Amino acid sequence: MKHYDVVIIGGGPGGLAAAKGAKENGAKSVLVLERDTKVGGILNQCIHDGFGLIRYGSMLTGPEYALRAEKEAAEVGAEVLTGAMVTGLTADRVVTAMTRQGLLQAKAGAVVLATGCRERTRGAIAIPGTRPAGIYTAGAAQNLMNTKNLMVGKRVVILGSGDIGLIMARRLTLEGATVLAVIEARNQPSGLERNVNQCLYDFSIPLHLGHTITDIQGRKRLEVVTMSRLDENNRPIPGTETVIPCDTLLLSVGLIPENEIAVQAGAELDPVTNGTVTDEHLQTSVPGIFACGNSRKVLDLADFVSLQGITAGRNAAAFVRGLALEKMPEETSNAMAKGLPQPGAITCIRCPKGCRVTVSPDGTTKGNACPKGEEYALQEQKAPSRVLTTTLLAPNGTLIPVKTSRPIPKDQVTVWAKKLKPIPAPAGPIRPGQILLRDPFGMKVDILATGKH
Amino acid sequence: MTHTFDILIIGGGAVGCAVARELSRYDVSIALLEKEADVAAGASGRNSAVVHAGFNNKPGSLMAKLCVEGNHGFEAACRELDVPYRKTGKLLVAFDQADLDTLARLKAQGEENGCQGLRLLSREELRARLPQVGGIGAFESPETAVFDPFQYTVALAENAQKNGVQFFLNTKVTAIERTAKGFRVTAGDQVFTARRVVNCAGLHSAEVAALAGLNRYHIYPCRGEYFILDKTDVLPMPIYPAPKAGIGGLGVHLTPTIHGNLIIGPSAEYIEDPADTASTQVVMDKLWAEAQQLLPGLNGRQIIGSYAGIRPKQAPPGEGGFRDFVIREEVSCPGLVNLIGIESPGLTASLPIGRMVAGILSLSMDMTEKKDFDPTRKGILRFRDQSPEEQARLIAEDPDYGEVVCRCQTVTKAEIRQAIENPLGARTISAIKYRAWATTGRCSGGYCLPKIAEILTEEYGMAPEAISHRGDGSHLFTGRVKA
Repeated sequence: MKHYDVVIIGGGPGGLAAAKGAKENGAKSVLVLERDTKVGGILNQCIHDGFGLIRYGSMLTGPEYALRAEKEAAEVGAEVLTGAMVTGLTADRVVTAMTRQGLLQAKAGAVVLATGCRERTRGAIAIPGTRPAGIYTAGAAQNLMNTKNLMVGKRVVILGSGDIGLIMARRLTLEGATVLAVIEARNQPSGLERNVNQCLYDFSIPLHLGHTITDIQGRKRLEVVTMSRLDENNRPIPGTETVIPCDTLLLSVGLIPENEIAVQAGAELDPVTNGTVTDEHLQTSVPGIFACGNSRKVLDLADFVSLQGITAGRNAAAFVRGLALEKMPEETSNAMAKGLPQPGAITCIRCPKGCRVTVSPDGTTKGNACPKGEEYALQEQKAPSRVLTTTLLAPNGTLIPVKTSRPIPKDQVTVWAKKLKPIPAPAGPIRPGQILLRDPFGMKVDILATGKH
Repeated sequence: MTHTFDILIIGGGAVGCAVARELSRYDVSIALLEKEADVAAGASGRNSAVVHAGFNNKPGSLMAKLCVEGNHGFEAACRELDVPYRKTGKLLVAFDQADLDTLARLKAQGEENGCQGLRLLSREELRARLPQVGGIGAFESPETAVFDPFQYTVALAENAQKNGVQFFLNTKVTAIERTAKGFRVTAGDQVFTARRVVNCAGLHSAEVAALAGLNRYHIYPCRGEYFILDKTDVLPMPIYPAPKAGIGGLGVHLTPTIHGNLIIGPSAEYIEDPADTASTQVVMDKLWAEAQQLLPGLNGRQIIGSYAGIRPKQAPPGEGGFRDFVIREEVSCPGLVNLIGIESPGLTASLPIGRMVAGILSLSMDMTEKKDFDPTRKGILRFRDQSPEEQARLIAEDPDYGEVVCRCQTVTKAEIRQAIENPLGARTISAIKYRAWATTGRCSGGYCLPKIAEILTEEYGMAPEAISHRGDGSHLFTGRVKA
């Protein structure tokens, strides 16, 4: 059996950062096990931008952020094995994984669990009705559309206003679907304010707060959902039903930490959230097994996941070397702006904070925490603009995530998405940052690859 | 196009497939017509997945006789057909004196029917056995078992096919005419001629009988809703309440499945539309409340899904209870064997029903046993159940065994491929689900469905629009995002 100082389960942002942290804190051998064929985890399907503002100070797409994290892990010399599904973990840290080359067993000095989370399903929230085709969790739909080139539907209702649901409302719209409604049980959207702004308001997608879906009907494919208003006790109010004909329902109703592996090792879980219970050093109830990111507690931003991953990795190395463990970074996720954009105010999208900036007639701004807010608000008032992110199809059938080289006028976003739809990516290898289409529409804006191929 | 057979079976539920399998022992040509895209599409795939012992049924009835016979042969059949089966026994729990009286009566009835080992348990014995269960006494049936009804039906069909039965899926019978030699059966643009017709159409058996000119039957659809809970070892055996008079089912019960989940249900509600398998808020609330009475401390966060099945009842609303199975060749329509009202315990009784149909047919046609009948069928090897040594060997032989597609159930790509390439040619997501057991876990396919879709499009060349949940009209995708 091979021995590693630190074995990291999961190659998403948390696991890759943990590899970096472990190596930098003196672990001699670090192995990252990733079940997918490439590292990056869910970031690979998150082709939109908004990642990296905290860690890198720039606005990156998911694939770009994943590539940076991958590079950082490689630079410190961590070994990464993809196509490796961990199926066993013991309390004395023997890891078993399945690969196409055979079963792999490794003994670890310390383990970091970076197994992420899964989506809450229709079954789990027990919506009554039939079970036709056309009901997807938002993340599964994102995976299908952005990595498998499969279109999930045409007339779409989204239940829940989690960030993935909001992002998918825009994504579906840009690919020609009609998003009829986003329905949220609470009186506040649960996703970030910047996403409400950029993904719903930009496209005039109706948001129904204080409502839920009380019936789903369709014999084969989804035909209609029924939306009802909720009273203060979260019970549907009879007589408030609205029937919405649609062919697709996306669910963005919460994320659940994924901890089957932690359970095998005997690590304690929070009975309510299903997250691993850790101390302030990110160590679980099993000594030498650490946890970070969404497998511990679902966080709003990948940046926070990475920051936690670094500490978990450092502490795994410290555990092996008999050094003192470090405290985890402050949990800052609740500092992110959530809520409804306010009338008269402009919600800054330059960072996840989402300052509400008001502009006086004389051009002075209020409410912004930094100069970026002033710059953004003035620009937004004068000529609002957005970076368009989408995909181009490579000749071999692979989707290449792309973005515009700079923001384009807001009212051009849908137009460009439509114009770009039939245009293929060039043949041959593609590296991130490569110009795939040079100024295609005569506005001095290029289309850049954000992933490699 | 006209196809000619000796015997046509209409309906590919467990009963139709068991009839097909039992008739395939004989030297006759047989076809089975199923309107849906796969077998087990109706009640056979929407039930409690329990092999009943037979104490619930009236002594002397076909239900009682065939159920007991089916139970006693079930384990051997599952071994022949490579179907997951576990004899768990079951407990019926009493909450008051009337319930205790009912249990005593059931014990006597069961013994009369030929059930073995029935026993009444005192409150103390119940507590000692299952401290987590509520109730003041219980009745134990050691012969009750749990199994996989999808795989059972598929296995019967595959075994029948292996022995020469031809399966026609997506083939809905639209007309039945009597001819000099037998029957002319139309299904869309296909025509079948046959000497005998066996009506195993379940919920639609009365309609099929009517197509042949017999209007005497009526089926009342009676819906049963269920919850499915995540894997748990909270119960070692099914727990039922003592049955109440007048309901059209066995009462809401808790059943550990052969796959490790827990099922709650079913309700019993007469409905108009035999295809309305919706769950309803009212019943969902009721199921949960009743389940908690049986097993206080159930955790709602464990729910991963819900489903509903429709019982083909002959007893109309108001009458309730059970009317006995009708299994007979019609005097007014010689050559037509009708199977009407095969509700619970139809799955348990399916193979004896098949043998009974063979007996009926042998009275009027030559049924010579084949010399080369093969009673065995091999299912898809479950990678996760193999020893580490065997797993290593499998991966070395086929690297697709080393690639996990469904994370919740640890289903490998090799198993998915075998499910896609199933002998019946059913190529829907449901067909793959039931054969490989992918998409059935706590993430409901969130992880594996995109992977399965990719395998179907990239490796099997399916058009995205052709990938369906359960056949025509239930397409998953409207096309490519980028063409």
